[in-house]
Amino acid sequence: MQRRDFLKLAAAASLAGCATATPSKARVVVIGGGFGGATAAKYIRLWDPSIDVVLVEREASFVSCPISNLVLAGYSSMQEITRGYDGLQRHGVKVVRDEAVAIDAAKKTVRLARGGDIAYERLVVSPGIDFLFGDVAGYDAAMQESAVLHAWKAGPQTTALRRQLEEMRDGGVYILSVPLAPYRCPPGPYERASTVAAYFKQAKPRSKVLVLDANPDVTSKAGLFKRAWSDLYPGILEFRGNSRAVAVDGKSRTVKLELEDVKGDVLNVVPPHRAGDIAMKAGLITTNNRWCDVDWRTMESKAVKGVHVLGDATLSGPGMPKSGSMANNHAKIAAAAIVELLNGRAPQPVKIINTCYSFVSEKEGIRVSSVHEWDAGQGTLVAVKGAGGVSAARSEAEGTFAWNWARTIWADSLA
Amino acid sequence: MLRTIALAAALAAAVSAHAQENGRNLAAACAICHGTEGKVAPGAPVIPLAGLPRDHIASQMRAFRDGSRPATVMHQIAKGYTDAQIDAMAAWFAAQKR
Repeated sequence: MQRRDFLKLAAAASLAGCATATPSKARVVVIGGGFGGATAAKYIRLWDPSIDVVLVEREASFVSCPISNLVLAGYSSMQEITRGYDGLQRHGVKVVRDEAVAIDAAKKTVRLARGGDIAYERLVVSPGIDFLFGDVAGYDAAMQESAVLHAWKAGPQTTALRRQLEEMRDGGVYILSVPLAPYRCPPGPYERASTVAAYFKQAKPRSKVLVLDANPDVTSKAGLFKRAWSDLYPGILEFRGNSRAVAVDGKSRTVKLELEDVKGDVLNVVPPHRAGDIAMKAGLITTNNRWCDVDWRTMESKAVKGVHVLGDATLSGPGMPKSGSMANNHAKIAAAAIVELLNGRAPQPVKIINTCYSFVSEKEGIRVSSVHEWDAGQGTLVAVKGAGGVSAARSEAEGTFAWNWARTIWADSLA
Repeated sequence: MLRTIALAAALAAAVSAHAQENGRNLAAACAICHGTEGKVAPGAPVIPLAGLPRDHIASQMRAFRDGSRPATVMHQIAKGYTDAQIDAMAAWFAAQKR
């Protein structure tokens, strides 16, 4: 580590008011301040304050993908889904705004774009996803002209897509293209189709939402979504399965499927994705050139020792969605394991819960839950049989619980 | 004899520390809806678990599990836990400050 970095970290530590007399046991570096990385940083400090934790995050604040479909529909705001990293600093996490560009697992250092090298005892990589733009011909060019958006990472693209939906003429067609599973947030596309349809119904009722899904059918909470669509959005929302986007043309606003071309006014094409770039650069990707396999007792990479990978970037266990709830829970497995390992004890498997709420209108929600536990025979986390399930029906009560989930998980991860 | 007692005490302490940690790790999963360490924001529509009596938490989890207490989600979650796991979580939440 260079001297100026040390000074910067020391300054961050004293700013956070955590310049205690306790000597540090070891340093853990966390790359990525999303649901996974932020939670890992916080819980390691909660469970062993003698461990130094440095969080490397390139953005100034956290913007939540969950609830961003309400922002697109005009029922929430960017401000409401944005949280700062000051809460983590209050736990004594040193937050460094920089980008991790390389990992040297032999020397146990992380190279930052601006800040030099940081040494670690244990490294947590929670890189989220990056897109396989090349899988959809013409995507790059069309995105340059803002003729196609993914808005599958909440942020500027969320704002841009909201603007396009507002500017679209009444009678226009909004196309949402869904990639083949696995992708981030299985119910997310269907929630988005629902909330945008709710907005159209209120503000421009001659318009249409057209879902072009590469999967044969709705991949999550199918019964509940389809019921909501037929009850609430007949003539507005149309779903087509087995409709994989192979190309987009920005000039003619066309999504090209394998057998036909479909024209729209607003193109929201979500390309297939893989583990985020730093996972690829660091050799953490093990499977299909896309995902990172881990030991589910510790979240330690199966490719690189001493590195724990969390969240959407992982090769998901059976029945495990790529969700914020899961990333937050992965982080707790990793935090428990890292605390044990750095204290010379053997980590124990941790049982975790997934709960994903989706809005089907401005106020009504639906939910899916599952419980996952270590199965020594299968060597992975498996969904506990007989547990979990979906909401009995869509309701405003589930919408209230959805908001509670969002606000609570934001606080659990970041405050 | 003394040595045996000391050893037994050390073992008991280790077992108890392990049980607490197990309860802590199990309880951490609940935080996505019930808040870090069972503390929720004022006005939240879920029960704050921190500091609730142990027997109350355990009996309600069992009631969710066998369906005698209706719920929107907890009946599905509770079915994922054994009696021993419910007791470990309940003990840990009960020991947290409100």
